[in-house]
Amino acid sequence: MQFTGMRIPIETFRLPNGLFVTLSEDHTAPIVAVNLWYHVGSANERPGRTGFAHLFEHMLFQGSADVGANEHFELIQRAGGTLNGSTWLDRTNYFETVPSNQLELVLWLEANRMGWLLPAMSQQKLDTQRDVVKNERRWSVDNQPYGTWWERLPALVFPEEHPFHHSLIGSMADLDAASLDDIKHFFATYYTPDNAVLSIAGDFDAADARRLVDKYFGKIPAGRGKPPLPVMDLPATFGEWKRVVVEDDVMLPRLFLAFRAPAFGTLPYYASSVCATILGSRKGSRLYRRLVRERQIAAEAQAFTYDLTKASDLFVIDVTARPSVSAETLERDVADEVDVLVRDGVTEDEVARAVALVQAEFVAAMQSAGDRADRLSMFATYFKDPDLVNKQVQQYEAVTVAAVNAFVRERLGENNRASLLFVPKSEGEGEAAASDELAAGVGSAVQS
Amino acid sequence: MTDIATAERLPRPKAGEPRPYQFPRFERAVLPNGMKLIVAPIAKLPIVTISVVAEAGAVADPPMRAGLAQLTAKSLLEGTTSPDGTAITDRFERLGASIDAHADWDVAAVTVTTLTHKLAESFDLLGAVLRRPGFNEREVERLKAERLAELLQQRAEPRGLADELFTRFLYDSRSRYALPDGGDETSVRGLARAEVVRFYEARYSPASMTMIVAGDVEPSAFERMAGAVFGDWRGILTAPASSSDEPARGTRALHIVNKPDAPQSELRIGHVGLPRHHPEYFPVVIMNAVLGGLFSSRINLNLREVHGYTYGANSYFDWRRQRGPWVVATAVASEVTHAAATEVLKEIDRFRAAPITEDELTLATSYLDGVFPIRFETTSAIASALTTLVVYDLPDDWYDEYRARVRAVTSSDVLLAAQRHLHPEALQMVVVGNAAAVREGMETIAFGPVQRYDVEGRPA
Repeated sequence: MQFTGMRIPIETFRLPNGLFVTLSEDHTAPIVAVNLWYHVGSANERPGRTGFAHLFEHMLFQGSADVGANEHFELIQRAGGTLNGSTWLDRTNYFETVPSNQLELVLWLEANRMGWLLPAMSQQKLDTQRDVVKNERRWSVDNQPYGTWWERLPALVFPEEHPFHHSLIGSMADLDAASLDDIKHFFATYYTPDNAVLSIAGDFDAADARRLVDKYFGKIPAGRGKPPLPVMDLPATFGEWKRVVVEDDVMLPRLFLAFRAPAFGTLPYYASSVCATILGSRKGSRLYRRLVRERQIAAEAQAFTYDLTKASDLFVIDVTARPSVSAETLERDVADEVDVLVRDGVTEDEVARAVALVQAEFVAAMQSAGDRADRLSMFATYFKDPDLVNKQVQQYEAVTVAAVNAFVRERLGENNRASLLFVPKSEGEGEAAASDELAAGVGSAVQS
Repeated sequence: MTDIATAERLPRPKAGEPRPYQFPRFERAVLPNGMKLIVAPIAKLPIVTISVVAEAGAVADPPMRAGLAQLTAKSLLEGTTSPDGTAITDRFERLGASIDAHADWDVAAVTVTTLTHKLAESFDLLGAVLRRPGFNEREVERLKAERLAELLQQRAEPRGLADELFTRFLYDSRSRYALPDGGDETSVRGLARAEVVRFYEARYSPASMTMIVAGDVEPSAFERMAGAVFGDWRGILTAPASSSDEPARGTRALHIVNKPDAPQSELRIGHVGLPRHHPEYFPVVIMNAVLGGLFSSRINLNLREVHGYTYGANSYFDWRRQRGPWVVATAVASEVTHAAATEVLKEIDRFRAAPITEDELTLATSYLDGVFPIRFETTSAIASALTTLVVYDLPDDWYDEYRARVRAVTSSDVLLAAQRHLHPEALQMVVVGNAAAVREGMETIAFGPVQRYDVEGRPA
């Protein structure tokens, strides 16, 4: 038997105010997912306001003209639904999965805050959410071993003037500086129907949904355009091996080795993604087999792509040392594995394994209405073509050994590497043994 | 934005008529060797999840051998005697299948999810994993070393550290629950391959196993396949293991674990909870939802939305066959640690003093009632729900009755549950954080005797 592929049904339409809508019916259970992507993220923040896009996401749960603070959460949970929101470099999303008889409530809630957020905003709500977000920063970044990696890595690999360079969660000082005026301005500029995609997946009738979307969102006026992002194009490689070493409150060295890679959705992206699966997805991957199982120098090993659509994507290897393995050994041995890959390429068998995993992961994800809706929103936002969700598996199936090897040769060489290496703080004399070899030159400044 | 004011706002709509939902039907069968089968055919997508559950959880660890159950479960994926050695996970991955083996407190489970067109091959591999494990010495030793690395990492990871130390301080040292399910440094170092083999032989016995299947299968065809792969596997019945679940003390104590540079305090407040199979399960679940289980719970709204002390606070019962912990967990800025703890204690007292409002009750009941179908969208979620029936010996109509039983809970049931099952006098509090920064504030709340520790959990 062969995997014959599967398609999810998709309908799209656009309201006169510019709201792009995708619908995907599935009546196997009385569940419906609503997913709204706004095409704005931390990349759109102005200088001195790092973290604002994410703080703003919190404010969207603080009520709107007809909804009280936190009432959005309460109404959805009372309806038997789940919900959340998330902020990324270039988009912010809001999503709910509810029993299908509650679809209209969700559309009303989302429309109320898209159209009439500002009457509910207040200084006191902003101050509280600022505190909540500062605690989120402490919790997810400052008080977590290696927690700063996801702001240090973009800072290392994107030039300073690039919109992806700065911290997504933001600095404490910039969070302090955020004002109600910023809220008004950001809302008017970015939270407009023509800057959003609305997806509905699950148990609903398409004609009803069209009517309801028009009823609740149709009267919200279009925006007046948003300022263009600066040019984000980057050379295909760094042109060097960038290195930064960070002393942190950690017990074991951990290396993030990043490479510039083809942007998400381009043809060579699929070769990059297949390569990440070969190198570092699951226990049968190369890095896991070589470094964790055979040589036993790593406790964990993985590789993944960031899936950035603008300019250049990132291909990242993430390996944590076993106790008593030095940071220097870790970095050298990981680089050796990459060098072997560059020299010898991948095998037919490895590509087949990656494709089989992609096929299964796709079907597994499509079981969930929320995942369906999110992917529809993603492809509609980035490429204006939600039907791309149905073409992903074929894109992977078309990847050849030659394509992966071409990617490996072009992108994984020494002229396109960035090492972010965490080492345990050298406090007591004995404890520093693991990082002694790196003692010279240790610091948190970017070296290149 | 001037045009926005002119646009017409619409009133909040009413819910439509709910469509019926039924938890998936399932069939039971027993193979000639005593292995039980539960098969739930789901005609949605070409995907299947199979979970094999054995009486091989952490409570079955022999004395001084904490971590043996987990080591054994993980070792199953490190190679078979045939087909060849250590390549077993690679073989699953080439089929696109995912495989996991782990032991929780009560049972061990090996779970495979595969596309239907690879089911037969994946199932053969699953047979090899369960019936012909190699337990290669080198791989067993490597897994031990990985567990030790994990424990070492935890010394710098405040969340995991707080969870681990909370249970250690909570339970009597003779309880298996006092140590992490994966074992601690001392116990893990002492584990030997021969013990893994003995544990496997004693506890992975087909007569005491249940195989749970959810997805794109036809029950009788699946039963034939299961018979062909597992039918001639023989073994004796294994009795479920148990352990003491007694608390270390009956009175309050505050445990401060010093992590000098921590910008935040990880806070745990709780006591020994209830066994999963309990006559007041539903009132207790509603109680916890309103107190700390939901986003709109009293504790989260208080700590996060009123005071901005935290990114989030919640409470939960860690359900086990015996009494697992009940705990409130949050992370707060160091300087408000005592203030946050005070608010949690107030909320617990307030909960026992007066019934919850009708609004609070219906928020929890309508949430649990309404979200029910959303919990079972995937084959792995359905297999996991069926595993719950098996592990806790719940009746087959459990999920059919679930929503009605949720709706039947009243606010007086909840008050009674709170008065019976929340024990303010027995609360243990753990703070993992900057001891110097929190000490003064914590002294002002006079919670109970204070004990100080380092990140190893050694008295300091």
